Amino acid sequence: MSDLVTITIDGVEVNVPKGTLVVDAAKRIGNDIPVFCYHPKMTPVGMCRMCLVEIGLPVRDRATGELLRNPDGTPQINFGRNLQTACTVQVSPGMVVRTNTPFVREGREAIIEFILSSHPLDCPICDKGGECPLQNLTMAHGKGDTRMEFTDKMKLAKHVPLGELIYLDRERCIQCGRCVRFQDEVVDDPVLQFHNRGRSLEIVTMSDPGFDSYWSGNTTDICPVGALTTADFRFGARPWELTPVATLSPHGPAGSNMTFSTRIEAAAGGRTVIKRIMPRQHELVNEIWISDRDRFVHHFADAPERLTQPLLRKNGSLIPVSWDEALEFVAQKLKGFDGTAVAGLSGDRMSNEDFFLFQKLIRQGLKSNHIDLANGRLAGGDVVAQVGVVNDTTYDLPQRLGVGDAVLVVACDLHEEEPVWWLRARQAAKRGATLVTLNARPTRLDREAAFAIHYAPGTAVETIRRLLNAAKVEVEQSDDPIVAAAQALVKANNLTIFYGAEGITYEESDAIARLLGNLLLVKNGGSGHVGRVNNGLIPVWPHNNTQGAWDMGIHPAFEPGYKPVKTPGRNATAVYAGVANGEIRALYLMGADPVGDGLMDGRGQLKLLVVQELFLTQTAALADVVLPAQSWAEREGTFTSGERRVQRYYPAITPVGECRPDWQILAQMGERLGLGKAPFAASLVFRDLAKVVKPYKGMDYRSLAQVAKQWPDVGGEDLYYGGTAYENRSGLGQQWPITPPKEPFAVPDVEVPVPQGLTLMRIAALYTPGTLNRHTKLLAARLAQPTLLLHPQDAYALALQDGEPVTVAVNSGNVQATLRISEDAPVGLALIRAIPYQPGTAVAHITRVAEFASS
Amino acid sequence: MIGPLLKGMYTTLKYALKPPVTIQYPEVKRPVRYRFKGRHELKRYDNGLEKCIGCSLCAAACPADAIFVEAAENTDEERYSPGERYAKTYEINMLRCIFCGFCEDACPTQAIVLEHNYELSFYDRASAIYTKDMLIVDVPINGRPTPQKVEPGSFDRAIPVMEDPK
Repeated sequence: MSDLVTITIDGVEVNVPKGTLVVDAAKRIGNDIPVFCYHPKMTPVGMCRMCLVEIGLPVRDRATGELLRNPDGTPQINFGRNLQTACTVQVSPGMVVRTNTPFVREGREAIIEFILSSHPLDCPICDKGGECPLQNLTMAHGKGDTRMEFTDKMKLAKHVPLGELIYLDRERCIQCGRCVRFQDEVVDDPVLQFHNRGRSLEIVTMSDPGFDSYWSGNTTDICPVGALTTADFRFGARPWELTPVATLSPHGPAGSNMTFSTRIEAAAGGRTVIKRIMPRQHELVNEIWISDRDRFVHHFADAPERLTQPLLRKNGSLIPVSWDEALEFVAQKLKGFDGTAVAGLSGDRMSNEDFFLFQKLIRQGLKSNHIDLANGRLAGGDVVAQVGVVNDTTYDLPQRLGVGDAVLVVACDLHEEEPVWWLRARQAAKRGATLVTLNARPTRLDREAAFAIHYAPGTAVETIRRLLNAAKVEVEQSDDPIVAAAQALVKANNLTIFYGAEGITYEESDAIARLLGNLLLVKNGGSGHVGRVNNGLIPVWPHNNTQGAWDMGIHPAFEPGYKPVKTPGRNATAVYAGVANGEIRALYLMGADPVGDGLMDGRGQLKLLVVQELFLTQTAALADVVLPAQSWAEREGTFTSGERRVQRYYPAITPVGECRPDWQILAQMGERLGLGKAPFAASLVFRDLAKVVKPYKGMDYRSLAQVAKQWPDVGGEDLYYGGTAYENRSGLGQQWPITPPKEPFAVPDVEVPVPQGLTLMRIAALYTPGTLNRHTKLLAARLAQPTLLLHPQDAYALALQDGEPVTVAVNSGNVQATLRISEDAPVGLALIRAIPYQPGTAVAHITRVAEFASS
Repeated sequence: MIGPLLKGMYTTLKYALKPPVTIQYPEVKRPVRYRFKGRHELKRYDNGLEKCIGCSLCAAACPADAIFVEAAENTDEERYSPGERYAKTYEINMLRCIFCGFCEDACPTQAIVLEHNYELSFYDRASAIYTKDMLIVDVPINGRPTPQKVEPGSFDRAIPVMEDPK
C-alpha cells in the first residue's frame, strides 16, 4: 500500500500508516517511549515532554531534491540539535528515531526530576500506588536523586472533592491535562479546566454539581498519577491485592466489558467482595471507557436487603424454608394447572441460560405459550435478526464510521439510555459521519447532528414513513430536512441506525423497526445497507439482555431463534388482564416486579404466584413462593448486547446466603416437572441452547472466551500508555450472524392516538432511582429526581413557576415532580424524567400541588 | 580406681558451688539481643497517634502472606494516624510469620517493629491471628488514645516530612 511509511526506530524498521505518530509507531514494535500527557485516544499536545527522543530526517539536495548519501551509500540523516516530542511528530519516509541514547536518557531524567520537584511521593497511601505511571516511569527512567530542595515542595490540598465521585489531590497532579482533554474532546462535558498558571496551576470543576459528567470515572483511569481517584475505592485496597474478574455491564444494552477487582475482606466477614469496577478493553464495544453507572452501580449485589433463603407463604406470611421444600411445593402446585391458565413473565436482566431454561420450563414443562417480557418496551428483535448491525472482525484498528458514513438515531436519548453508544455516535459525527437525529424533542446528540428532526408527538411512524419514501427516490436538493436527511442516509457508504422507544408505544416501535429495516434495504443506486460492516440496526433496549430474551424466545410468538410459534400465547398485557379476570391462575415471574412497576394490580385472582428475585419487591411480597436468585456478580453466564454480541461474564464474589443462579433454580424445577436431569453448569446449559437457537450455533463458552490483539495496548506494564483499563483476557464474545430478508418488511398499520393539547412524554435519565441504582450510596445525591420540563410558553399558559412542585398524572397514578421551565421542551410537549416507565405519550394533566391537596 | 572417682566428684563439687547456667523459664527469662526479631508491635508517636498508615506495604513484602490490612480514612474528628489513611484492620497470623523482618523494612513510617516477645504458642489456629488491638503498643504517658479529635490541618502528612538528601 502506498500510504504506508517506513521509519527506523533504534535500528528496527517499521511500516505504519501515514499520519501515525512516532510514539505509536514505536509502540507497534514494542518500543515503549514513556509518556504522561499523550493518550492514544486523544489528540497529542506535547505538554509533559516525557516522550523526548532524537528524530532524524534524511537530507536532500536543495537543488535536485535527491537524497544525499554517505560514502557507504546509506542516506545522510540530520538529527538536529534538540530532542523532539515523539507524541507530536508524525512519521515521514526515511525518518530515523533514536530512543535510547545518552542524550535521550538525560532528557528523560531531567523531566522526571522536574515533575517530581513538587510531587508529594506519598505513594504508600496513594490509591494509584502500584499501578501508577509516574511510579513506573520514575523507576525506569528516573535518576534516583534530585537537585531540588524538598523544603521547596508545594504544600497543597490533598482532598479536594470534585463532586461526590471523584477526589482531586492537588499535590499529586502533574498537570498533564489528560482529564481536561478527555472531558472536553472525548465526552464533550468540558466541566474540568485548568485554573491559574505556572506553579499555581490547578484542576478545577466549574459545574454544579461538581464534575457533572456521566464519564467522570474514566479520568481516574487515564490520570497518570494518583491525582484523581474515585470515592468508591478510596483506600479500599492496594491494586496488587486485587483479583481481576471479567464481567459485563448489568445495565445497558451495549454490553460494556468491565473488570471487577475483588478481594477477601474482614469487614465483610471473610467474603470476597467487589472493591471497584474498571473498564475492560473491547474496541468494538466500549473501547476503554465505561460510564459512571457501569462503574459505580454494583452495590446492589452486596446489599443487606438481598433475599438469602427461599420463602414460602404459610398462614399468610412468608416463612424461610429449605430449597427442596420450596421447589417441591412449586412443582406440585404447577402440575395442578392447565397450560392455558399458567403464564411466565420475565425481566430482561437475566442471562441467556436463564431465559432459555425459563421458556423451556413454561413451554415444555407447563405446556403454556403465555410467555413474555414483563415490561416489554421496545419491539423489533425479529427485525434485528435480519437487518442488525454487523461488526468488524478486526480488533486492531477496526473500521469505524467516519467521512461518507451516516448514523441515524431514532426516538431515543442515547446519552441517558446507553452512554457508550452516545459516545460512539458522537465520535462518528466528529470524524465526519452525517448524524441524523429523529425525536419528538431535542436531545444532546442534536449538537453534533447534521439534521435534527423533531416530529410532533404521536407522529413518529408517519415521520419515518416519510423518511423512507423520500429515500426511495432520487432528489438533487431539497429544503425539506426529512428529504435531505433521507438522501444523505441512503447515499452514505455505511449506515448505522439506533432506535429506541422514547415517547412511542410498543406497537409503534414494532412498526418503526420494520420501517427502518426497509430503509436499510433501500438500494437507490447503492448496494443497500444490510450485511456489511458498520451497517444495520441497533435497538436501544431498555436493559442489558433484552436482546438475549428475544433470542431465547421470551416472546409469545417466537420460540428460541425466532422460530414462529404455531399458536401464539398471551403477551404481557393480556397476561395481566388474565390475572385480573381469573383466566390466568398461576404466574411464574423471574426478575420482574409488575406490581411495583404499576403494570399489575395486586395478585388479582391468582391461585399461585412464584417470584424469582434478588430483593423482596412489591410483587415478591405478594407471592406464595419467593426463590432467591444470585446476582450477576456471583455466577457466570452470557449476555447478548444490542449488537447481537454474545459475551461471557464470570463469578466474582461469594454467593449471598443460599441464593442459587436463576438457571439452576429453573433446571431443578424442570427436573421435578419431568424435563430431565438438571445440568450442573451454566456452560452445559449454553451448550444445549446453542444446539437449539440457530444463530448461536457453533458458540460455546470456549469460543466466547477467545481474545485478539487490540489497539491501543492497555493493561500491560506500560500503564502510562493507555491508562489502567484492563486488557481483555477473558473473551471478546461473538456476534451472531444476521439472515438478510429476501423482501422488504411488511409494516403493520398502527393506530396512534395523537393527544390533543399539552402532551406528556417520559424521557430517560441515566440515574433513575430504581432497584439497582438505589443501593449505591455515592450516587444518592445524583439520582435523578422526578422533574417536569415545560417550555416557557406552556408554563406561562398554565401560570406555573420554575421550581414549583406539581402533580402529574402518570400511568393512572399521580407523580409529584419539580417543574423546570426549559427550552429543551418543545412547545406543547411536557417532558417528565426519573419516573417509572410510561409508554407513548398522553395528554398532560398537570396540577399545582397546593390545588391538588385542596381538591 | 579411687582416683577417677574423686576426680568426678571434684568436678561435681566445683560446679555445685558456681552459679547455675540454666535459668528457670518461665519464672525467669533470659534477656534477648537488641536485634532479636520476636513478635511484632505497632508503634505510636509520642502524642498517641498510630504510626501505621494502613498502606499494606508490609503485607506486600511479607513472603509468608501472614499480614492482612484494611485501610480507612482519617478525619480530624476521628484521627488514628497522621495523614489521610489508617489501618482499620491489621492482622498478623503468627503461625505463618517467619520473623524475617521484611515488614519492618517495607514500612515507610517505622510503625511495625519486631520486638522481643517470643512467647507465641496457641491452643487453636484462630488465636494465632493477632489483631490490631493485640499488636498496638500502649498509649505513651503524654499521649492521648486514638481516635483523637484534633485541630484541622495539623496532621496532614502521612509520612514524616522528608529531609533533603545528604
